[in-house]
Amino acid sequence: MARSAQPVSSLPGVAAALLVAALILGTLAAVALRAEAGHGFSSSDWAALKFTLTQAVLSAVISVALAVPVARALARRRFPGRSLLIALLGAPFILPVIVAILGLLQVFGRSGWISDVLVYFGASPIRIYGLHGVVLAHVFFNLPLATRLILQGWQEVPSERFRLAAQMGCDGWSLFRLIELPMLARILPGALAVIFAICLTSFAVALTLGGGPRATTIELAIYQAFTYDFDLGRAALLSAVQLALTAAAAFAALRLSRGEGFGAGLDRAIQRWDGGTPVVDTIWIVLAAVFLLLPLSAVVLSGISGLFELPVIVLKSALISIGVASASTVILLLLALPMAAAVAVRRHGMVEVSGILGLAASPLVIGTGLFIIIRPWANPSDLALPVTALVNAAMALPFALRILVPAARETVSRHGRLALSLNMEGWVFFTRVLIPRMRPQIGFAAGLAAALSMGDLGVIALFADPEIATLPLQIYRLMGAYKMEAAAGGALLLLMLSLALFWLLDRGGRWHAEA
Amino acid sequence: MLKLDTCTISNGAFHLQADLSVDAGNSVAVIGPSGAGKSTLLEAIAGFREISAGSIYWQQQDLTKLAPGKRPIAMLFQDGNLFPHLTAEQNVALGLHPSGKLSHTEQDQVQAALERVGLAGMGARKPAELSGGQQSRVALARVLVQHRDLLLLDEPFAALGPALKAEMLDLVAELAAETGTTLLMVSHDPQDARRITRQAILVADGRAHPPAETEDLLDNPPPALRQYLG
Repeated sequence: MARSAQPVSSLPGVAAALLVAALILGTLAAVALRAEAGHGFSSSDWAALKFTLTQAVLSAVISVALAVPVARALARRRFPGRSLLIALLGAPFILPVIVAILGLLQVFGRSGWISDVLVYFGASPIRIYGLHGVVLAHVFFNLPLATRLILQGWQEVPSERFRLAAQMGCDGWSLFRLIELPMLARILPGALAVIFAICLTSFAVALTLGGGPRATTIELAIYQAFTYDFDLGRAALLSAVQLALTAAAAFAALRLSRGEGFGAGLDRAIQRWDGGTPVVDTIWIVLAAVFLLLPLSAVVLSGISGLFELPVIVLKSALISIGVASASTVILLLLALPMAAAVAVRRHGMVEVSGILGLAASPLVIGTGLFIIIRPWANPSDLALPVTALVNAAMALPFALRILVPAARETVSRHGRLALSLNMEGWVFFTRVLIPRMRPQIGFAAGLAAALSMGDLGVIALFADPEIATLPLQIYRLMGAYKMEAAAGGALLLLMLSLALFWLLDRGGRWHAEA
Repeated sequence: MLKLDTCTISNGAFHLQADLSVDAGNSVAVIGPSGAGKSTLLEAIAGFREISAGSIYWQQQDLTKLAPGKRPIAMLFQDGNLFPHLTAEQNVALGLHPSGKLSHTEQDQVQAALERVGLAGMGARKPAELSGGQQSRVALARVLVQHRDLLLLDEPFAALGPALKAEMLDLVAELAAETGTTLLMVSHDPQDARRITRQAILVADGRAHPPAETEDLLDNPPPALRQYLG
């Protein structure tokens, strides 16, 4: 009928959503069928579960507790470089974990900068490995995220409310209680839940800074069950536990958080009349900036010398990584664009749900499932690279849809009628209107997907044999072999490649794009 | 002849009855109070809105079940009549082919249409590089190449100044006369209706009335219209 006429069909999107659901649910089913409940939960499994929960709670609480004063300072201070700093807070999202870890080791490690100073004064060096190291790395990654989430809460408080409070002479504690506390009570549960959920699936951090019976996450235990014991039943059992945890946490996070608006509008400072204490604000901002910038500078400084004499094997793995990231980006767009179009033309619960399924599953769980499915047919390590590209795409899908769906809705509602009246439908509408109109968002989503895939150290560790490796895996292997110079050079290369890929795609999308 | 045969157009709880016909080649204004359903009427004729009862015919052809792009109708909306990422030429070309891919003769048609609306040499510009009036001209050039029997205007020139709006309406009247196009235009301004239409459809109190002489209607308005005109 005429009213339901839409310029683009939702069938390809529904098909893409079915593929995604089949991939995620299919691998989960494979895991569940293979899990050996009778096998029992050993004491080391319980330890992994306890450690996973402990580190995730600590990481979430510390990140959010530190983020509140930082966000408050950023919300009420204007200073040169403020918008740059806020943009930088988005960077950890695309920063390869292994790069950040090398930077953190350089600063906080046993032979790092801080330890050097301590030793100089006769104290003993810091030990970074273990629970506190894992939490430190998680705070490094999630303090910026928490700050952005909370800053958004502050920005959303109408300025009239601050004006009214100023008129009534509210300041300090009374202003905090009147306006800011209710806002925080609304925002903080979501922020805590999101970070808790992210830290539950921590693999690369636990792999490099944790380890040992007392600092193993479930994700890491899955990997160990695979690589050390090749105990598929145990890996599957752990995966099932991990799945229950992540699904519950993702559900809580989705319920409690209202979703971060990616980027826009956060660089506006609110006008306020309650002075506050500039010195305290300045201290918080400087501390946060130093905490974020120091490890990154360390990567650059320690990597430069190694960068010019990288072993051939590192360069080879860099090429492999670029290939995997490109393939992953293409797969992501092939799935996400039709899905975004389908959701834009009418409400498709199924498409939307399978779009966020990726949040509930962890990469290693999907990896385990794929391994179980592939093994009877082929040698899984032969498929290491395609599987990595595919899983990376599935993991990036929820973020890509958050970026693409609003743009697709806007395009359909603004141009749908005109297109229909000109008989532009289906493929023609898709290629002539939807894609050109969504180019900035497509570029941004592709940039995120490419950078995420470039820096991913997860599934590839499960599948790869010694012959092949992506760049992050190669860096990890170099670290394991104590070739720190080459590892640092590789990390700098990885950092540059990830940022370059993101920048190219994001810029490319916005190049000559008309509003 | 455009015929709305005992139509009921529904928009949520709002219902509009229409039982009327418009002669081919005629120019008809659609007037009435705000919110009476003038745009709704045009949207139903163009196929953007489902009708819950009745049928719409053009020259004995039943349009009721046809998709908007398959009807012999071109429509200009209040805004968004051009794709901002396409040039003027490309926007006009869409009137010939939804894909915008044209043969040489068709490209000549596009150039001729741009020339006809006074935009010769500006085909390579994008909408953002054109003034509001020029953007309206591009949309009219597209209507020209579309060769549709009916043209529906839902106040596409509302954002233009009075002089420019009058100029555009004159151009529309000229083009419609040249091509024998049947014109239906929503109007808030009695002057616009007097300017280019002989007949007018009054939409008020849930009914679209059959066309009456524009002058008579405006000079001796029924109560609903009188209240609106003030």
